[in-house]
Amino acid sequence: MTDTTAPNLSSDADEAPVLTHSWADRRALRNGMFTIGAWLVALIAAVPLVSVLYMLIVQGGSRLSTDLFTELPPAGFEMGGGFGNAIVGTVLMVVIATVIAVPIGVMAAAYLAELGPDSQLGRVSRFLAKVLTGFPSILAGVFVYAVLVLAMGTYSAIAGGVALSILMLPTVVLTRTQMIWKVVFPTALPGILTGVMLGVARVAGESAPLLFTALFSNYWISNLREPTASLSILIYNFSSMPFDNQIELAWAASLVLVLIVLVFNILSRLFGRAKY
Amino acid sequence: MSNSSFAIAASPDAVTHPPAPFEYFVDRFFRALAWAAAGLIIVLVAYILWKIGRQAMPAIQKYHFNFLISSQYNVQELKFGILPGIWGTLYSSLLALLIGGFFGLTVAIFLTQNFLPPRLAFVFRLIIDMLAAIPSVVFGLWGIFVVIPVIRPAANWLNEYFGFIPFFSTSLSGPGLLPAAIVLAIMVLPTVAAISQDALNSVPYRTKEAAYGMGATHWEVILKVMIPTAAGGIFSAMVLGFGRALGETMALAMLIGNANQVSLSLFAPAETLAALLASHFPEAGPAEVEVLMYAALVLLAITLVVNVAGIGLLTITQRQISGKA
Repeated sequence: MTDTTAPNLSSDADEAPVLTHSWADRRALRNGMFTIGAWLVALIAAVPLVSVLYMLIVQGGSRLSTDLFTELPPAGFEMGGGFGNAIVGTVLMVVIATVIAVPIGVMAAAYLAELGPDSQLGRVSRFLAKVLTGFPSILAGVFVYAVLVLAMGTYSAIAGGVALSILMLPTVVLTRTQMIWKVVFPTALPGILTGVMLGVARVAGESAPLLFTALFSNYWISNLREPTASLSILIYNFSSMPFDNQIELAWAASLVLVLIVLVFNILSRLFGRAKY
Repeated sequence: MSNSSFAIAASPDAVTHPPAPFEYFVDRFFRALAWAAAGLIIVLVAYILWKIGRQAMPAIQKYHFNFLISSQYNVQELKFGILPGIWGTLYSSLLALLIGGFFGLTVAIFLTQNFLPPRLAFVFRLIIDMLAAIPSVVFGLWGIFVVIPVIRPAANWLNEYFGFIPFFSTSLSGPGLLPAAIVLAIMVLPTVAAISQDALNSVPYRTKEAAYGMGATHWEVILKVMIPTAAGGIFSAMVLGFGRALGETMALAMLIGNANQVSLSLFAPAETLAALLASHFPEAGPAEVEVLMYAALVLLAITLVVNVAGIGLLTITQRQISGKA
């Protein structure tokens, strides 16, 4: 594998000139060293993921129980507890984001793919959708704060969901969607679902846009117009607490959150493969 | 043409039939809807710019450009400056790009240039994609409990013996620039790797074969043919990776220490614009919210310039390559 330039002519080696490099040849040596270097770099690049998954399984897994899904977050020195309300909050806000972003995203994708791919409008809006993918998520929070939180006078699940929908929109728009109306709509469906799943995976783990739109709550949600808990903000809040119980819960919440994100990621791959 | 002439030709229960008025209406309706949705993206971006700009206006009038070059951030005295935030944002992102860009590009080469059998390469690509899927807060948590303890002894050793070098002039007591930049590098890596892979894959196969045919070694082909040919795409990968690093929030808010100071030291706590927003916004009073809106506008302007440059470059190089091939 390392020496692709050396044709192997062993079958009639007596006649043929020697075309292989000696491994000690300067060029071959350099080639070998670079290859070893690349392997090292690639292996090092895999270390963080392995380490993160290890910590999640060891630290988060040890705390895994049904209490996590049914109890409320503990205060101060309290032991036990869970983050049932945060799971509900995360799911609820992702659903709100999906309901807003998917119809708009699919329609815009249809325009970009079929109706006016090369029109002025198509070009500008495709460019801006790409720009939006690199849009810092916290600015979505700032924007929704200015538009919704100030107007409603309270942090709310609605504001959190809207902030997430802004981040979801470009993913849905830009994932390759083939839309030729109802004639081949069924063939386009996997493409659309891929985009939706990727969008959900992207926003489910977001926390920056929720910081000052949904805020956090230690209680079960009773309506959409009040501050709402989410897994990601719970991790953020608990990570800086001096109590072991909260730190353990932050790890357990991270495990649950990563599982949710990965499930949607895998789903998007499955839908994506079904299509091609 | 009138529908009635078709209607005579087609029997009512035939598979093919001319569009009924209702179907014309549905078609128009959907076309209009799609047009509106595409337009909505443009309106949204414009509205975001206008809204944040307008909210920042009072602070801009109060603090002018002095805001960008002052290091004071004092809510009681109403003196505000975000120089440390701007400095920290650029410094941490550059460091992250240096580390993450090197690793990302190497991984891209590793995955596209026949180092691994296709099935293993697929698995490795999956690992890198998973890295991109891990939420920012989880990286932050991991950074606090893994990265900081791991690098602290080495950092403090460097500070003790090489403290005269400005980069090592303080000790690492906990959160600081280096742990933040390392985690940021990990988050930049998948972006750089993905776009660089596309760039390397789009180099025509014949170019590569010609180089091998001339007797070049594996790495001579990579360094002297593949990378120069894909340079445009790789460069835009770096720019977009930089853009991603600039706006990254949660991991930085958890790891950088939120200290309002400008320092060259890698181990000193620092501040970034996004982390400033994350840590101050939830508890800010009206006077501070104006200021934070100004900071948000600055962050928006920086990331917008970098991203537009990156996407523009990518579009141009893609067009060039497809045009040549």
